[in-house]
Amino acid sequence: MKALSFHQLTKTYKNGVQALKGIDLTVDEGDFFALLGPNGAGKTTAIGIVTSLVNKTGGKVEVFGHDIDRELAVAKSCIGLVPQEINFNQFETVSTILVNQAGFYGIPRKVAHDRLEKYLGALQLWEKRNAVSRTLSGGMKRRLMIARALMHEPRLLILDEPTAGVDIEVRRTMWTFMRDINAAGTTIILTTHYLEEAESLCRHVAIIDKGRIIENDRMSRVLRKLQTEVFVFNLRNPIPAAPVLPGYHVTLPDDHTLEIEVSKEQNLNDIFSRLTAAGIDVLSMRNKTNRLEELFMRLVEQQPAARPKAAS
Amino acid sequence: MTTPQQTLERSAEARAHDDEAALARTNAVGFSTIVIRELNRIIRIWGQTIVPPAITATLYFVIFGSLIGRRIGDMGGYTYIQYIAPGLIMMSVITNSYGNVVSSFFGAKFGKHIEELLVSPLPSWLIVTGYMVGGVMRGLIVGAVVTTITLIFTHLHVHNILVVMTAVLLSSIVFALAGMINAVFAKNFDQISFIPTFVLTPLTYLGGVFYTIKLLPQWAQGVSHANPILYMVNAFRYGFLGVSDVDIRVAYTMMIGAAVVLFTACVWLLKRGVGTRE
Repeated sequence: MKALSFHQLTKTYKNGVQALKGIDLTVDEGDFFALLGPNGAGKTTAIGIVTSLVNKTGGKVEVFGHDIDRELAVAKSCIGLVPQEINFNQFETVSTILVNQAGFYGIPRKVAHDRLEKYLGALQLWEKRNAVSRTLSGGMKRRLMIARALMHEPRLLILDEPTAGVDIEVRRTMWTFMRDINAAGTTIILTTHYLEEAESLCRHVAIIDKGRIIENDRMSRVLRKLQTEVFVFNLRNPIPAAPVLPGYHVTLPDDHTLEIEVSKEQNLNDIFSRLTAAGIDVLSMRNKTNRLEELFMRLVEQQPAARPKAAS
Repeated sequence: MTTPQQTLERSAEARAHDDEAALARTNAVGFSTIVIRELNRIIRIWGQTIVPPAITATLYFVIFGSLIGRRIGDMGGYTYIQYIAPGLIMMSVITNSYGNVVSSFFGAKFGKHIEELLVSPLPSWLIVTGYMVGGVMRGLIVGAVVTTITLIFTHLHVHNILVVMTAVLLSSIVFALAGMINAVFAKNFDQISFIPTFVLTPLTYLGGVFYTIKLLPQWAQGVSHANPILYMVNAFRYGFLGVSDVDIRVAYTMMIGAAVVLFTACVWLLKRGVGTRE
């Protein structure tokens, strides 16, 4: 079953900005789906339309087969949203926010209290249940928004940059939690600017730019499209100049570091053999950039230069 | 013998019925959640919601009732303090019903937590009703407090309790809904205080709270009849004292009509997303 489908979805804002130009997209039930794109590409507009925070101009949206034009309430009851901006009442306590949210989805207070314990525990916020929300740290506020979105146990969870501004330790805890939620059957759509996050978590990816989908496939297939990668080699001893390795583009950013661009047809064994023959001792090696980030940049840079004013 | 097609149709029908029942349950719980949240808000900030109108009412009774009122003499067959008491109670009900919704709804818009409701499956009419009930609750709580204060200063005669209850309820509904419309269109905090300061307060003071319009020249009486608060105050006063400057049937028609029009407008605005959605 399709958790979400867009058919020729368009949105033109009052100021004339065309944020979405006829998008077709489907997300399968149970998937962990990345929706990526630069700022102003149309991601948040698309999410806003699904969650009815933005009125669409044209096209069709279905959530688990429920058309938002005809069965909006049923469609909305299937969705949990973690928005980009903090949007809970800063004067209410953590528990109050969660119990109220459950109530808006018809969950009785007793059930809500059980779920509150479950999700606050899982997101390491139980100790803060009686704290006024404005006193929480940035990471805690992000986690509170995830707990809030889960109070009605939605079938589709939409995470709009859920880890923005969160330190790496908390981010990794959140990744584990998201994987568990997805493994339990919840379909997840994730937008993020941390492409390493998308690559690590998601099975499918769509890239949106200037209101159009420019890539939409399985993550593994998308990554295979990357023709070259740049590897960084850390050297044991300093070298005065970059060695000449025929067939490779080699640069020397500093006397202890080499950067070598490797295409899909070439292999790392060959590079190591040549470096060893040249008497260069390699201590460690890593990708210069995240693979998805590399592909993302190339795809977006291939698009025509004109960029609409930020609308989403 | 049923065909697979018939079975499918029946199961689709059963599913639709289940969806409807689930949505009805969601609406009931959702409505009570909004109402409880609004009540908790009124109680949480009692220093802003309940105390100020109580102090203001006390000052009015001390100054206009006890000190100046004694020199004014009877009005409409009652002492001046008795004559203004229903108007003062109604004034606090009106301003607090309005103020509750305008500040609560605009605060939710400003803090963006209105989105919690907008993304939920609750229909627009239910969200409007929830906020309206919140406004009515504050209006009635403050009304009850001011009535209690009134009883410290004077005896309250009750001519028709049904008129008292319905007039206060309808007035509270009308102004709670008016507050919501103000909040929907407001873009900053100045715009939520503009209407109460420059429209609501003058209309209330000129709406027969402190005097009978029979004291005014003919032209001013005519102008006063364009003021909706005049009808509310007089319907309420009629319930207490049995005297009114207007026909209370006209007053009820005005109040019910205004409530229906404003409710419809609020639901339409919320559904269209005016001031709340892009």
